[in-house]
Amino acid sequence: MKRIRLLDIAHARSGDKGDTANVGLIALKPEYYPILVKHVTAARVARHFKGMISGPVERYELPNLRALNFLLHGALDGGGTISLKTDAQGKVFSTALLRLEVAVPR
Amino acid sequence: MKSRPATIRIAAGQGFWGDWLEAPYRQVTGGPVDYLMMDYLAEVTMSILQKQKARDPSLGYARDFIPLMERILPTVAERGIKITANAGGVNPQACAQAVAEVARRLVTGDDLLGRLDGLLARGHELRNLDTGRPLSDVRDRVLSANAYLGAWPVVDALRGGADVVVTGRVTDTGLTLGPLIHAFGWRPDAWDLLAAGTVAGHTIECGAQCSGGNCLVDWERIPDLANVGYPIVDAAPDGTFEIFKHPGTGGRISVAGVTEQLVYEMGNPAEYITPDCVADFTTIRLEQKGKDRVRVSGVKGRPATDKLKVSVAYFYGYKAVGTLVYAWPDAYKKAQAADRILRERLADLDLKFEAVLTEFVGADATHGPLARAAARLDELPEVQLRIGVRSRDKPAVERFTREIAPLILNGPPSVTGFAGGRPKPEEVVAYWPALLDKHMVEPCVDVVEV
Repeated sequence: MKRIRLLDIAHARSGDKGDTANVGLIALKPEYYPILVKHVTAARVARHFKGMISGPVERYELPNLRALNFLLHGALDGGGTISLKTDAQGKVFSTALLRLEVAVPR
Repeated sequence: MKSRPATIRIAAGQGFWGDWLEAPYRQVTGGPVDYLMMDYLAEVTMSILQKQKARDPSLGYARDFIPLMERILPTVAERGIKITANAGGVNPQACAQAVAEVARRLVTGDDLLGRLDGLLARGHELRNLDTGRPLSDVRDRVLSANAYLGAWPVVDALRGGADVVVTGRVTDTGLTLGPLIHAFGWRPDAWDLLAAGTVAGHTIECGAQCSGGNCLVDWERIPDLANVGYPIVDAAPDGTFEIFKHPGTGGRISVAGVTEQLVYEMGNPAEYITPDCVADFTTIRLEQKGKDRVRVSGVKGRPATDKLKVSVAYFYGYKAVGTLVYAWPDAYKKAQAADRILRERLADLDLKFEAVLTEFVGADATHGPLARAAARLDELPEVQLRIGVRSRDKPAVERFTREIAPLILNGPPSVTGFAGGRPKPEEVVAYWPALLDKHMVEPCVDVVEV
């Protein structure tokens, strides 16, 4: 097994709805999508963002787009105009997720 | 019966209020298009516009829409291009007034503020979709309430002969779906078609974000973003469409880039709920049809729900953010020390805040503990201390803004970056999303003849 960063097998875009950030995670090649489905679970993502979000993580699958969509609840210090965060609209949770490492067969 | 067109082209001109002013002009002059769609409104935007209207009742709409219209109208009139724009914000009447000289136009109404107490009295609690709290919690602080209207008021306006449709809180997607329904005569229960038009709207509602802007894949090799071409939908009556851009423009239209836009601000992808239908994003098929051209097909939809989303803006309190920059050596440690000192002083002054948030820009402001774990924090060339407070108590926030500058001379060394002066307390107008029974809202379409 070897460890790879999601950055090497996926791309992503994130945005906001209220105090929730969403991260769409997209496989760079069709063969990478099953790796994402298997390893990048809601629980794994919740651990990854520990200390950065106060609510649960939901995951949805879009096999047609080879993408997963994550909802990170309580990610934006209240969100919108309330938030004091630099990233009040969750724009760069995308690349924060791409820091996650997964173990894949060599 | 008028004959239906074989395809129509809807060009995106603005993806948000503050987007590139050159884009709409280039869209209408760069090649043939039938409609120009301009989306101005985000959740945050409605709050900002409400703040402006509170200061001056003649404001509350996207003011730069007016000079923009003056610039493009000769071309638009000559080529017969129709415009849909939700530039009206929380004051579509004033916006329409302001474009009075330039075109025949229509306005749709979505304002619920005057009816709010009646709705609450009749048991419509308008509970916050995020927190579950009833609107009565903040009723005395409500500044505006607008229902998200869908495509049908836009269709009514176009059927009424409007050349320019100025709306308030019409959904981003409704501005694209409306022209499609109008042009192709789609029926109100043709759910797959309405879903397809909704996906078309979602694809281009953020402007260049689907044509190479903010695109992570291969970002360094996306050509000529200085002249980025904004996306155009080339749609057929069967609900299939292609995304392209004018020839000779920069940017890139690829399956990867369009996919990034499709998942942007996505909730449950199988249930993308709009006033017009429920679109299933797990049915979308994308195909690269050539250079800078992506075909979209297969979209399935389901009946619309019996609810409309309501956007309420209410007065929340005050906030302020102050910054200082610390230089090498020990930049991060110095910024951390300054933060500790500042917090001790705030506590000694017995100031009460709902939240105090510290970020170290250059170290952890965007990726938090993930970044701290990965970086060489002891060798950072500089770090910006960024500290913000939020409170209902304005004097507390004002006093906070006076506590930043003293640190320059009475705190840790090698500090700079204070040229902007003392931070200003800012009023916070917050956003309260809720649902309301659809039959309680009657969209109004005013035809204004010029």
